[in-house]
Amino acid sequence: MRNEITVEVLRYHPEKDSEPHFQLYTVPYREDWVVLDALNHIKDHIDGTLSYRWSCHMAVCGSCGMMINGEPKLSCNAFLRDYCKEASVRIEPLEHFPIERDLVIVMDSFMKKLSSVKPYVIAKEEKPLSEGQYVQTPPQLQIFKQYTQCINCLLCYAACPQIGLNRDFVGPAALALAHRYNLDSRDGGKEQRADTVASNEGVWECTFAGACSEVCPKDVDPAAAIQQMKISASVDWFKAHLLPGGNK
Amino acid sequence: MSRRPYVRAGKRLWWLGHRRYVFYMVRELTSLFIGLYCALLTLGLVRLAQGKPQWESFLAAASSVPGVVFQLVCLAFAVYHSVTWFALTPKAMPLIVRGEPVPGNAIVGAHYAAWILVSLVVLVAAWI
Repeated sequence: MRNEITVEVLRYHPEKDSEPHFQLYTVPYREDWVVLDALNHIKDHIDGTLSYRWSCHMAVCGSCGMMINGEPKLSCNAFLRDYCKEASVRIEPLEHFPIERDLVIVMDSFMKKLSSVKPYVIAKEEKPLSEGQYVQTPPQLQIFKQYTQCINCLLCYAACPQIGLNRDFVGPAALALAHRYNLDSRDGGKEQRADTVASNEGVWECTFAGACSEVCPKDVDPAAAIQQMKISASVDWFKAHLLPGGNK
Repeated sequence: MSRRPYVRAGKRLWWLGHRRYVFYMVRELTSLFIGLYCALLTLGLVRLAQGKPQWESFLAAASSVPGVVFQLVCLAFAVYHSVTWFALTPKAMPLIVRGEPVPGNAIVGAHYAAWILVSLVVLVAAWI
């Protein structure tokens, strides 16, 4: 068994670099290490200037998404042993996002897209506290529960070819969350979200490549959510334009 | 300290980087051949409206070797398009019956059944 493994990391320091470049590090190889452990080893013992985001180390916080040998992955969820047959492990920042520094991306565009779909329950009817909580049954929860698992790790944005071609596309995670709230029995905000969801940069920009669902570490299946919203948006359009009084 | 984010240029041949994108691009390419076949059918209708000699010359062209090869290529792409689309239908059209989700295989199977039924109706109508 090997004792060491070579890690290639894309480095970019805006103060001195005109463009990113790869830097090679040799780190100990451990069967139970994930790529994030290798990065932490570099940071702690070899090169303290390396920048990257991470927090929980257990695929919950969604901070440590990176391109690992060309595939978007959570670095805390990618074991070195799965790359031990390769000459090296190549680590880059997530595709389709500007690089702030080293492996840190600029995610401002996503934050704007996320807030544009109003990802929160907009109550159908506000009621006073005295009337108690908004009740929901387990079958009603089951309809959208899968979409609540999103951790905003942005792997789906790095995998989506449409994001690569049109950076204004609202994208998989934000649209999946819009679907999650549209399906919620307590919610009445579907019309408010439609301005974003059914716009040219919304669901219609998606060509169902399906890569978002393939790379999702939480099995959210954003591609399914977007296709379902296309059908829903089409039905709403026909209702509004073809039914008598539909525009009212 | 001022920020200077670096924007990477997109790669022209990005879709060759992973097999999932290659299959996706092939699926997108199928639309071209389905469009060409629709154009062929439309041309057939136009020739039919023009009269018997025009229609017969159209049939002769469609039955020639290049005509048959073209239609076989279109058929291959149409089958690829249909099979990959049917495989995705459980995502786009999930069904819940009596509180239980319908298995994906049943949704895909229903599409194949409808396809066979419609094909039979068309073949029988053509026979009559």
